[in-house]
Amino acid sequence: MLKQKVADLFDEPACGVNQAKGEAARKKGCSKPLTPGAAAGGCAFDGAMIALQPITDAAHLVHGPIACAGNGWDNRHAFSSGPTLYRTGFTTDLGLLDVVHGGEKKLWKAIKEIVRRYDPPAVFVYQTCVPAMIGDDLVKVCQVATEKLGKPIIPVNAPGFVGSKNLGNKLGGEALLDHVIGTIEPEDPQPCDIGVLGDYNIAGELWQVEPLFQRLGMRLLGRITGDARYRDVAMAHRARVNMLVCSQALINVARKMRERWDIPFFEGSFYGVSDTSTALRTLAAMLVERGAPQDLIPRTEALIAEEEARVWERLAPYRERLAGKRVLLYTGGHKSWSVVSALTEIGMTIIGTSVRKSTEGDKQRVRDILGDDANMYDAIPPKDMYRMLKDGEADIMLSGGRTQFIALKAKRPWVDMNQERHAAYAGYQGIVALVEDIDRALANPIWEQVRKPAPWE
Amino acid sequence: MAEIIQPRKACSINPLRMSQPLGGAMAFMGLDGAMPLFHGSQGCTAFGLVLLVRHFREPIPFQTTAMNEVTTILGGHDNLEQAILNIRGRAKPAIIGICTTGLVETRGEDMKGDLKLIRARHPELADLALVAVNTPDFEGALQDGWAKVVTALVEQLVDPEPGPRQPDLVNVLAGCHLTPGDVEEVRAIVESFGLEAIVLPDIGGSLDGHVPADWAGHTQGGTGLADIARMNRACATLALGEQMRPAAELLETTRGVPARVFDRLTGLGAVDAFIAALAEISGRPAPAVLRRQRSQLQDAMLDGHFQFGRRRVAVAAEPDLLFAMTSFLAEMGAEVAAAVTSTTSPVLARVPAARVVVGDLDDLEQAAMATRCELVVTHSHGRQMASRLGIPLFRAGFPMFDRVGAAHRVSVGYRGTRDLVFEIANLLLDAAGEGSHAAAQAH
Repeated sequence: MLKQKVADLFDEPACGVNQAKGEAARKKGCSKPLTPGAAAGGCAFDGAMIALQPITDAAHLVHGPIACAGNGWDNRHAFSSGPTLYRTGFTTDLGLLDVVHGGEKKLWKAIKEIVRRYDPPAVFVYQTCVPAMIGDDLVKVCQVATEKLGKPIIPVNAPGFVGSKNLGNKLGGEALLDHVIGTIEPEDPQPCDIGVLGDYNIAGELWQVEPLFQRLGMRLLGRITGDARYRDVAMAHRARVNMLVCSQALINVARKMRERWDIPFFEGSFYGVSDTSTALRTLAAMLVERGAPQDLIPRTEALIAEEEARVWERLAPYRERLAGKRVLLYTGGHKSWSVVSALTEIGMTIIGTSVRKSTEGDKQRVRDILGDDANMYDAIPPKDMYRMLKDGEADIMLSGGRTQFIALKAKRPWVDMNQERHAAYAGYQGIVALVEDIDRALANPIWEQVRKPAPWE
Repeated sequence: MAEIIQPRKACSINPLRMSQPLGGAMAFMGLDGAMPLFHGSQGCTAFGLVLLVRHFREPIPFQTTAMNEVTTILGGHDNLEQAILNIRGRAKPAIIGICTTGLVETRGEDMKGDLKLIRARHPELADLALVAVNTPDFEGALQDGWAKVVTALVEQLVDPEPGPRQPDLVNVLAGCHLTPGDVEEVRAIVESFGLEAIVLPDIGGSLDGHVPADWAGHTQGGTGLADIARMNRACATLALGEQMRPAAELLETTRGVPARVFDRLTGLGAVDAFIAALAEISGRPAPAVLRRQRSQLQDAMLDGHFQFGRRRVAVAAEPDLLFAMTSFLAEMGAEVAAAVTSTTSPVLARVPAARVVVGDLDDLEQAAMATRCELVVTHSHGRQMASRLGIPLFRAGFPMFDRVGAAHRVSVGYRGTRDLVFEIANLLLDAAGEGSHAAAQAH
């Protein structure tokens, strides 16, 4: 069953990368075999948790030995406006005896204990490698638990060894499609109800765009899964339009919601000025097409004009300070081109950008902005990255936490652009925050001090 | 005598414990030119890597054999071989330290047999040290993995016979309860007696946060393999932490180096015992600088004891750190009202508390609530419970991801204990607030 699911996910008809492939290549799927000894990145279980854990009022129970939860719980910055249960680490913590005798009974007891003590609206139960290998039937246990306890106990079948974090995102999405979305009807469906897929409210970035929706009278009904309550996911099937934020992660969910509930979707981003405007414009147009009041479009244009004028005004002082500064941008997917466009707008030079998780469309956009693809990289080996920074080819690096120390050890400024970051860079307000952080990093007086040789050198 | 309680719970809530292989990988990181390798799925390494990077704020070399569904069924031999060859080609380490995970242990891999075959097939790997340790995730905790790796390093990398004695050479086996700063402090103390110390593992050399001249894909600093080889020549082994006893005893029985175990180096009496041993081994009196530091510690205890007396404290940590912290707190007059640890150890019976629970942070939270504790001492995951209980958290142990400088926190020796008195006393002072009885005593 899991095998079929994985095969189907790899043949996603709505996926741009997949569509661009020939018949044979498509059949092979998109799981690049990992290179032992030269691999980086999380597993499928990791990805499934990333996608679902932002459901803040649910309990998230990891069925596995201590490594899976003990080494990784409470490690992200998905913010909640209320409940905190999602940050509690639950695990069956399988021991040797469980591995020998099977862990199903322990799992059932753990679920029962969580429901008795916390009474959450739902429990998400995550499969991991060891119980999958010994044949624990997670789906069956969850099914029985759902019946006996009278509340949704949701199996998330994404053991680490089936593949990458990205595949895990999608498998997490499948669990929502199979068990959650469409199970609760909203009391007052409205013509301007929207859904946002693939934003996890990291560092509260969803909160930077929600006020824009509110000013336009759009209601964020479906949250998958940024700052979501369980209900917000269960009612997501009544959104009039879905916006898919991190296209590679939950495209299967967007496509299947279109098939099942007729919800049109588009891929967009809230990184950068032009992207934010495009996203709002598209949302408005699609809502109107589905029967929302016509005046939504002029109201949206008015808001965009106002916000853009304000954001450029706020960015203007930085133009002088940052023009000509050379940026090495090392991040994945859609973020690269929308940030590239914003930074070039204020006169910064992009000397390199990674496109490793980007779609063909993403890459074309980068090419359009930069003129050619000379500065586009799939992956830069750490040693080369270090040299580019140390030799001063780049003035600053924007990347994720994992590569942070390449910049810092080369004594170059660095700004966190990734999922685990603490600062929110979404929407109009977010790009100003990003540029402010870049300026603050570059202007810090430590760089000159730490680069100075010691008196004895 | 503390009563040891091992509740059989179906659900662990807010884990204290981390996995055995993670401890193993950390021990390997205390060697120079090392690359730790997990034999398991890529996620096993990724979770550990993120945690290590967040704690140390350092680039962490750490690889995976990247087992997938197919290789899990067919066996991991090929993945292990490829991983070793790829790491050798790219990062060029002096040693690859291999730890198994739950995944390969559940399947039952003959890793040692595999390594023999790989060695036979690849004579070009002759100058690359390969040390492999069985560390299933479903047994033990971080401290156990660390201890197993140190024992394996002694077994496999120290010259096999007793060597010619070098009277000024001592081995220091450092447990995982010590920070890089602690290790540095111990080295300074030992060297102040005119002794040469080989510290194993020396995270003080590799994970202390320094700026190397160039980028490398493996650890830079830490115990050199040549130094490990000559540990058979030392005149004594100082094992720091009960967890280091097996490795020290192995050095004694197979290499003839007499072992002394110091179950903690925090607290006036404990440090005195260590200093006395060094004086005896070196035949030199304690240097003036240490005498002065001892006097400063005495003074710190006099100034700080007001804050500690009868304070109820909840402590959760791996066994050796738990023992060090609770003993220290009790010696300062505090009452250890709740104690939780991650794994079993002979040292637990000596923890100054009525009972020690081998459990999780929820056990600690419940006990702290029931006994109305006024301070929590545990790693950074304790911050949620501390805020729920409305009491201060003193961060101790790994991981400490919400503080900078975690590597340089020192709590060993006279100087480290002195600073620990101040830090905790100040935390309690802040919590007591201006105008309180406790604050008045400090003025």
